[in-house]
Amino acid sequence: MAEDIANSGTLPDSVDTRLPPKDAPLLRIDAVEKRFGGFVAVDELSLEIRTGEFFALLGPSGCGKTTLLRMLAGFESPDRGRILLNGQDIAAVLPHQRPVNMMFQNYALFPHLSVAGNIAFGLKRAGLPGAEIADRVAEMVALVKLEGLEKRRPDQLSGGQQQRVALARALARRPQLLLLDEPLAALDKKLRESTQLELMALQRRLGTTFVIVTHDQEEAMTMADRIGVMESGRLEQVATPRQLYEAPVSRWVAEFVGDINIFEGTVEARDGGRLTIATRDAGAIVAAAPRQPGETTRICVAIRPEKVRLSRRGPVADAVEIGAINRLEGVVTDVSYLGGLTGYTVKLDDGALVRASMANIARLDIDSYAAGQRVVAWFSPDDCVVLER
Amino acid sequence: MAARASRLTRFNIAALALGFAFLYLPIVILVIYSFNASKLVTVWGGWSLRWYGDFFNDQAMLAAAWMSLRVALVSATAATLLGTLAAVALSRGGHFRGRTLFSGMLYAPLVMPEVITGLSLLLLFVALDAERGFWTVTIAHTTLTMCFVAVVVQSRLGSLDRSLEEAAMDLGCDPVRAFFAATVPLIWPAVAAGWMLACALSLDDLVIASFTTGPGSATLPIRIYSEVRLGVKPEINAICTLIIGVVTLVIVAASLASKLSSARGESAAPL
Ligand SMILES: Nc1ncnc2c1ncn2[C@@H]1O[C@H](COP(=O)(O)OP(=O)(O)OP(=O)(O)O)[C@@H](O)[C@H]1O
Ligand SMILES: [Mg+2]
Repeated sequence: MAEDIANSGTLPDSVDTRLPPKDAPLLRIDAVEKRFGGFVAVDELSLEIRTGEFFALLGPSGCGKTTLLRMLAGFESPDRGRILLNGQDIAAVLPHQRPVNMMFQNYALFPHLSVAGNIAFGLKRAGLPGAEIADRVAEMVALVKLEGLEKRRPDQLSGGQQQRVALARALARRPQLLLLDEPLAALDKKLRESTQLELMALQRRLGTTFVIVTHDQEEAMTMADRIGVMESGRLEQVATPRQLYEAPVSRWVAEFVGDINIFEGTVEARDGGRLTIATRDAGAIVAAAPRQPGETTRICVAIRPEKVRLSRRGPVADAVEIGAINRLEGVVTDVSYLGGLTGYTVKLDDGALVRASMANIARLDIDSYAAGQRVVAWFSPDDCVVLER
Repeated sequence: MAARASRLTRFNIAALALGFAFLYLPIVILVIYSFNASKLVTVWGGWSLRWYGDFFNDQAMLAAAWMSLRVALVSATAATLLGTLAAVALSRGGHFRGRTLFSGMLYAPLVMPEVITGLSLLLLFVALDAERGFWTVTIAHTTLTMCFVAVVVQSRLGSLDRSLEEAAMDLGCDPVRAFFAATVPLIWPAVAAGWMLACALSLDDLVIASFTTGPGSATLPIRIYSEVRLGVKPEINAICTLIIGVVTLVIVAASLASKLSSARGESAAPL
């Protein structure tokens, strides 16, 4: 349901360049609920994941991501609802019989086995002949670029190498579905970024369906075809990274994913595709009306910092007059130089603080503003998202 | 370790020497006198292996030694099985009702006076009308040593990462196989240490064995004790030296095994 709302958001369909293959769902999670005592860890959650998709579960700590993954792997059983894999209910199927493999957050490598022994573990259980096991291990070792380390034990490997072994071990059985629980959390930023790209390339090459858990939104956005944002055991929104960022369905999602300015207000006038909103502390703002207009008039307008532009004089007055541009005046109070971007905080004359970020497209600071300088912050109504409060 | 870190002063050396003398002087004297050629325990008559020879010709002593050895091997094996199972159940059973009570009850026999354990077992065997002998002593020793094994194994299990077994299940093992594939290889040193500890305890025990044994099936400690009551023969010194040798070997092996176990444990801990 959340997905429908996202699809019918303010975003034109053409911007979505990363649509996953339109196959039948591999996995269907149907109103699944999991309680620990009285505490609801996963709350009537429904989700469909397609074959070959790279799906990310994103959410704050303790929202139930691991619990959901463990239900898919079979280590926890849902209290209510169904989990269907290829159309079949897998409630009664034990973990070792599911065509699903999991890469554990702490890797859970067998310390008494070598790298090759770890990778071969699941293959031996599957009863493959020895020669085939050797071939498959060699293939996996090459896949995760661990050549020459086959005989090492896990405690003789670096964190990044251990993570590759865990990945190879989980992939060796050629699962239909691979679950990854924060696989990159233990790696440093550089290694994490390069591993993200490797994982994506690997997933494309193998065509395996990946479900990855992360609380790093950049990671989710980089890798996933679609992202499910979870909060307190529920899915707030399921969407492509772009839809999630540009067309969040709720104020919570808008604030959780990326940085955003939010102005609370009430709808003052409705004029075709335009809403005029009287905000509490930023004057009147014109915004594109959502395609599915809500009932409430108490709403908020959200705008991402990079869509707010600053200038000394501002756009031509005519455009403001006809409602084609929002124009807010204020004083720069804070400047933070971040290399590629510079972040500004502007205190509006009406009281609100607005954050704007501008790409540093030139080496010299001809385009920058100093604290205390009067500026005009302006943005298009099409870049605003109207959300319920 | 600590001694290496801080300096060995003269005072420390003296204190150490005194402590170790207190602990080991009696044993050293016993060992030396076991090689005494003289028949009188208090008179040194030169080196000799005569008393060792006497022991190996004393049929009653040899029978008692054989009995002790059999009891130790059988009871240690049984205690290791039961103790390991108890440890697994307690650390894996989740937080079932009365779990704390059960683990408390497992530890209680550790501090129970042996006289009480022995007496209660005797009463049980009498009530069951069991013929007292090898089996009753073996069962009694299993009861005594099983909780030691459980404690050793449980502490090892507690430090193990549970997700290893889940990983094994994920990779195609049913729960029982997962236990044998992922957990047993990591706890076997602790299990082996428990077995050796049980062996040593069983070889040592006098009190419980004398409560539960029957006529004609004395263990070595019982036999020695009854001989000593008639006066200390130098032959006893020889036997005791042999026992000390065996027990020392077993203890050293057990501590090596548990060292190996915890070394494995460090590498098992994730990152
Ligand atoms: N075995 C359990 N018994 C009781 N409560 C549990 C159990 N496992 C998880 N929970 C609770 O369920 C909630 C969800 O836990 P879960 O591990 O799924 O969170 P998460 O989203 O993976 O968080 P994180 O990002 O920190 O890993 C938490 O509040 C947690 O305390
Ligand atoms: Mg988690």
